[in-house]
Amino acid sequence: MGKVVVVTSGKGGVGKTTSTAALGAALAQFGQNVVIVDFDVGLRNLDLVMGAERRVVYDFINVIQGVAKLPQALIRDKRLDKLALLPASQTRDKDALTEEGVLSVVTSLRKMFDWVICDSPAGIERGPTLAMRFADAAIIVTNPEVSSVRDSDRIIGILDAKTVRAERGERVEKHLLLTRYDQARAARGEMLSINDVLEILSTPLLGIVPESEEVLRASNLGSPVTFNSPGSAPARAYFDAARRLLGEDVEMTIPTEKPGLLGKLFGRRAA
Amino acid sequence: MNLLSLFKRRGSAPVARDRLQILLAYERSGGGSSDLLLVLREEILEVVRRHVEIDPERVAVRTDRGAKVSTLEVEIEVPNIVRVPSGGSRKKRVGLPAHRSAY
Repeated sequence: MGKVVVVTSGKGGVGKTTSTAALGAALAQFGQNVVIVDFDVGLRNLDLVMGAERRVVYDFINVIQGVAKLPQALIRDKRLDKLALLPASQTRDKDALTEEGVLSVVTSLRKMFDWVICDSPAGIERGPTLAMRFADAAIIVTNPEVSSVRDSDRIIGILDAKTVRAERGERVEKHLLLTRYDQARAARGEMLSINDVLEILSTPLLGIVPESEEVLRASNLGSPVTFNSPGSAPARAYFDAARRLLGEDVEMTIPTEKPGLLGKLFGRRAA
Repeated sequence: MNLLSLFKRRGSAPVARDRLQILLAYERSGGGSSDLLLVLREEILEVVRRHVEIDPERVAVRTDRGAKVSTLEVEIEVPNIVRVPSGGSRKKRVGLPAHRSAY
């Protein structure tokens, strides 16, 4: 039976979709069978970030409504055969996502894959609550910035109240993924530090993804950063996070860009 | 802007951290939903209304949430009733420290 993980945050634009793509790909690169599921009905984007936007035929809602079978809607990644994508619907009708429908799809996916990674929409309404509803674990994506931290705190409260596990009195494993982190600015006291965020949210850390140009480059190209530039700082951060999800004990570091040839010559960091 | 303020500009992170800690302590305690300050405000107005007619436009309510103590300030303009010697209106000001179970 696979594990269901929701990637959530409350706030939009903090890197949920990027992180879903990168972690899903990283786990597949480690040989795991992974499906990433887009829950953002009406505003799907995981297909675009994965470079599969032209291959979408059927979607999540089609499967729920019985228009298509689940295997027909799954898109196998062309680069990583262990990775599949279930796209969200572009229909405006968010009510088409029903709790029974989500349960039936998630239950089937759990049997087919080792990891079912659910990319949650922003907010705290129906979409996000359904995305987390059946999760065994949650990855809370947070930027070191006040509004993101506040919304993460809110989402942590909802995870402890509105998931099936919480209602049964069980625990939803929670992991904090700090993204867009700038160590230099944090050191100068211009940005909340890792310790500030951990102290406020008191949730164990899954990884620290440094702010990097590579992230935008990867999404421009429609390729997860762990696949597109596996040696880059954010990719190494995601690989470490994926190892921790697999239960490995990996020392927590903030990866930095390795200096390129020019950087080495001039003794500077090639950012 | 002097040199000192240039220095002060630097560390905005501690300010962010403190603001978040105060805000989240409030929100985690269920702030907003079971709002004691809201209840107090209504009851204070009710008591004053029993004695004088209040113009809703002439009521100012301010709150300030702190880490340990919150304040509620209700400023009600009471229309002049005969025996007041000079012109202008009298103002009643009620400042209340509000206790929260979470602290």
